[in-house]
Amino acid sequence: MTNETIMNIPRVTPKNMTEQEFFYGHKACAGCGGSVAVRLALKVLGERTYSALPAGCMAAVGFIFPQMAFKNNSIITTFPGVASMASGIAAGAKALGQTDFKTVCFAGDGGTADIGLQALSGMIDRDDDVLYICYDNEAYMNTGIQKSGLTPYGTHTTTTPAGKNLPGSKTHKKNVFEIIAAHDIKYAATASIGYPQDFINKVNKAKHIKGATFIHVYASCPTGWGTPTNTSIEIAREAVDCGLIFLAEYENGDFKLNKNPKEFASVKEYLTKQGRFKHMTDEDIEQVIGFRDMKWERMRRNWNHK
Amino acid sequence: MKTNKIFISGDEAAAHGVRLSRPHVIAAYPITPQTITVERLSEMVESGELDADYMHVESEHSALSAAMGASSVGARTFTATSSQGLLYMVEAMHYASGGRYPIVMMNANRSVALPWSIYGDQRDSLSQLDSGWIQVYVEDAQEALDMMIQAYKIAEHAKVLTPMMVNLDGFILTHTYEMVEIPDQDMVDKFLPPFETPNKMSFENPKNMAFSSQPDDNTEFKYQQNKAMFDAIEVIENTEKEFGEQFGRNYHGMVEEYMCDDAEAVLVTLGSITGTVRVVAEQLRARGLKVGILKIRYMRPFPEKEIMELSHKIKAIGVIDKDISFGYEGTVFTNVNSALAKSNATIFKKNFIGGLGGRDITKAEIEKMYKDLLAGISTNGQKTVEFFNLKVETND
Repeated sequence: MTNETIMNIPRVTPKNMTEQEFFYGHKACAGCGGSVAVRLALKVLGERTYSALPAGCMAAVGFIFPQMAFKNNSIITTFPGVASMASGIAAGAKALGQTDFKTVCFAGDGGTADIGLQALSGMIDRDDDVLYICYDNEAYMNTGIQKSGLTPYGTHTTTTPAGKNLPGSKTHKKNVFEIIAAHDIKYAATASIGYPQDFINKVNKAKHIKGATFIHVYASCPTGWGTPTNTSIEIAREAVDCGLIFLAEYENGDFKLNKNPKEFASVKEYLTKQGRFKHMTDEDIEQVIGFRDMKWERMRRNWNHK
Repeated sequence: MKTNKIFISGDEAAAHGVRLSRPHVIAAYPITPQTITVERLSEMVESGELDADYMHVESEHSALSAAMGASSVGARTFTATSSQGLLYMVEAMHYASGGRYPIVMMNANRSVALPWSIYGDQRDSLSQLDSGWIQVYVEDAQEALDMMIQAYKIAEHAKVLTPMMVNLDGFILTHTYEMVEIPDQDMVDKFLPPFETPNKMSFENPKNMAFSSQPDDNTEFKYQQNKAMFDAIEVIENTEKEFGEQFGRNYHGMVEEYMCDDAEAVLVTLGSITGTVRVVAEQLRARGLKVGILKIRYMRPFPEKEIMELSHKIKAIGVIDKDISFGYEGTVFTNVNSALAKSNATIFKKNFIGGLGGRDITKAEIEKMYKDLLAGISTNGQKTVEFFNLKVETND
């Protein structure tokens, strides 16, 4: 997509955003960040949208018969098959002569970076007209907070219990954004519900691109993170401000950092206010900071930024 | 009736049956011996003979997931697989039947690893009898083509809305060339109208599909699914009748009885072995032996009524199983025996296990089976399970 056409996409802002709700009456936990991401994205995408959700929090809280929470056409998919099922929806609707519609996936971090990665790769390879949104709350929350491929170093989860012998999760987050970009996808972005306008802009851009697109949105989870239910937006913002989460885009073969802070907010402050990181020692925190700095050094060196 | 016969393999016949059924979306992943079917379909899409979207999915699990996606908006869909591929899509198979997506799948029956074997037996599909799919097994290439067309009509019927698997024996049928009549598109269009279903997502009537249920509701969904499978029996019979009237070929519905009217010993067959058994049975008949064949066509729904009726006419029954349920007996036999138990028939029964991993079943072996059955009539013996043509010595 050229810069000119991007400029011509009408902006969606809180002022002109639809009052219609497409995801309500669901049973998500108080303060659920994933549900905020779904709600905002559907407001941008509108009623001519098919949404596909694999097993995971949003599927579990949205489709409890007979209480269906999606106003638009929506379907739960197989856990590994959200991308392929969405591709099938797009192909079937197109074959039936439907036009002017969008198909979107809402999948969690495990559904994306672990069990769903193969199907997602196929979807991008075929350049199917599907927007894939991964809401990343950094563990398998629906099943009770187990480690996923996107659980960061040092996280206490129910399968990476922090104790005398383990720091919590021993691995860093899988680099999903760059894995997706390596497919030469038309458009990929990272976002955070803590920066909602940025997220909305990215969904809006993806909506207007024909073909496979991907957005990785950071979405807080008070239940799994041990944070107050009224700080979900704040904490998702702090994750970006302290540099552990970055806002970026991949387009036309180029990476771009959307936000390049001169100084990072305190990582320690971000971590220690969350139950899942409470056990972390100064040494653990230093490791996290070291990993962050290495990543930012590489991004600043290789990616476009201001 | 004007004829249009061409010399093609079972796989190619299946592809022609699919082409004539006009699917909107084909999603498939290659696996021997299914490949020729999807290669031909790809060529038909390329040439424009078939106006369908061919999706190059990255796995069988995605093949069936994509087919479900397409079906969920009301598109007619096709997929094909075999063996390991079928087992890789098992999760999606239960999903498709529970969601009532009338997908048609061709399965090339092939053995299941380990040990690896690309050759035929029926352990792959028989292990999936409980997945909620209608299962039909065909004998030759013509039946393969004809059943693809019938499969859509049966699966998409409002009372059925259940996915359907058409099984062809790997290599023996998929790769064997025969003269096959290719029906006219006009006639197929008349027989098989476009797919219409209320069970779909649309912008006129938005739906949330494939939802979760609570213990209070789940049993009722499963009851309906089971009822649809039983209702399919009548739909199968009517579809068969209508097909016979229009195309002049009749496969007799749930089962085909061959020379059973005054038979004493009957062999139960599934799939392509039926052809060889026909030859042997005819030879034995010529020698005055009262033998017949029960060709089971549908394993689900199961032809219980037909087996019960037959059991009162005969004195011995043998079941050839190209599969084994380890620790028990052949799966076809278990199902047949259950029907026999309900009919209170006290006839001699024997289960012949063989043809595993592609081993030939010879005419001599089939003749011996018939002789075993005839000899068993006077013994009033218990059911026995025998691996025939076993090339190792055993102490049992």
